[in-house]
Amino acid sequence: MEVSVTVNGIARSADVEPRTLLVHYLRDVLGLTGTNVGCDTSSCGACTVLVDGRSAKSCTLLAAQVDGADVTTIEGLAGADGLHPMQQAFHECHALQCGYCTPGMVMAAVSLTDEYDDLDAAGVREGLEGNLCRCTGYQNIVAAVLAAGE
Amino acid sequence: MIPAAVDYVRADSAEAAIAALAEAGDEAKLLAGGQSLVPLMRLRLATPSVLVDIGRLDGLSGISIEGDTVGIGALTTHSTLEHSADLAAACPLLAHVAGQVGDPAVRHRGTLGGSLAHADPASDLPAAVLALGGTLVVAGPGGSREIAATDFFTGFLESALGADELLTEVRVPVSTGGWCYQKFNRRAQDWAIVGVAVAEGGAGVALVNMGSTPMRAAGVEAAVAGGASAVDAAAVAADGTEPPTDNNADGDYRAHLSRVLTERALTAAGA
Ligand SMILES: Cc1cc2nc3c(=O)[nH]c(=O)nc-3n(C[C@H](O)[C@H](O)[C@H](O)COP(=O)(O)OP(=O)(O)OC[C@H]3O[C@@H](n4cnc5c(N)ncnc54)[C@H](O)[C@@H]3O)c2cc1C
Ligand code: FES
Ligand code: FES
Repeated sequence: MEVSVTVNGIARSADVEPRTLLVHYLRDVLGLTGTNVGCDTSSCGACTVLVDGRSAKSCTLLAAQVDGADVTTIEGLAGADGLHPMQQAFHECHALQCGYCTPGMVMAAVSLTDEYDDLDAAGVREGLEGNLCRCTGYQNIVAAVLAAGE
Repeated sequence: MIPAAVDYVRADSAEAAIAALAEAGDEAKLLAGGQSLVPLMRLRLATPSVLVDIGRLDGLSGISIEGDTVGIGALTTHSTLEHSADLAAACPLLAHVAGQVGDPAVRHRGTLGGSLAHADPASDLPAAVLALGGTLVVAGPGGSREIAATDFFTGFLESALGADELLTEVRVPVSTGGWCYQKFNRRAQDWAIVGVAVAEGGAGVALVNMGSTPMRAAGVEAAVAGGASAVDAAAVAADGTEPPTDNNADGDYRAHLSRVLTERALTAAGA
């Protein structure tokens, strides 16, 4: 079936099997490999992208479900004038080590700070509960999300 | 993992969805948010032949309050419920419980109708709807019918929905009396090991993950109605239940949790 999605502002279209997951559409069909796959159980959040501005696990959506939608991946976050403030904050706060969780973590954080006002450290921890990081211990991730909100 | 091959139909009306289900036969599945069905398909625990995608249906999404009744379209997302100021005013238990489901990404896609139709005893929203004494509106080839939430959950992941029926709306009474939801889990974003929903100061009490279906705690409700204290009413929370044993907890521990959490919930709800 034909699935058309606007990805990072560019209209894309491809003929895919209905069972194609959005993450595979992004990675294998469009070659956007910034979005990672970290689990089989919808629990790690490494695959998080924005669908119409809100975080979603791209391993837990069929590409067909987002036909016609606007998808933003980590590749689409930085603007002409440099990194997105959330990326900049991750950089400055040293909020990553191996970096595997980072694309999903950044996308989830962008959605979270847009969705909830007045987040404190506890709110950031709870809001990022769907994103696992095996390296950092989360401390600097929380610091980065709070810093980006300032 | 990648789901097994499947056909896909996008329905643009409830009638079209019902017709597509009837045509596709027993192996067809409705797809709403996909937050329960897609994980099952990835693990190949579900291998439907046809997916009827109702995710874009107009008119099945939104919250309306008329008189004493809150009507919620089946496709309303957990996130919409969580953030609705109208729902927080008319039925704070339901708005709060919606915000306890999974994580934000799951709440952006998952729907109230999908959560109820999935009929998972470990899910949060079915218990809230049971405690509130809700009613489910279902549409099928012969028109629409109403099913009381107490009659809806018939077995593990089984409901009173027919194979060619669509859940269209969930109705709950406006409920601003004392309420509480206690969700006990050990891992972030996880399902409840045990949960307890209390509405109207203990007039409605329902349990999560205490058997093969979401269930009402009728004994607790009767004790509260009879004037028992929160402690005494909570003592019967596990009576008549068959709590499962899994790698999170054994049945005895769940029974204990249900009493402790019920007491906390009743106390917080002012019973
Ligand atoms: C990581 C993760 C964590 C989660 N944590 C929790 C949690 O803590 N608590 C919790 O309660 N849930 C949790 N969930 C499940 C989540 O709440 C799902 O959104 C919900 O159970 C299903 O809603 P859906 O719209 O996504 O349904 P789908 O996955 O699309 O469908 C689920 C089932 O319902 C049927 N169905 C859907 N809509 C209808 C309808 N209108 N009429 C008839 N049948 C229908 C489908 O055919 C399918 O069988 C979690 C999910 C994930 C991925
Ligand atoms: S890959 Fe782990 S949640 Fe999507
Ligand atoms: S930086 Fe390695 S998993 Fe998060």
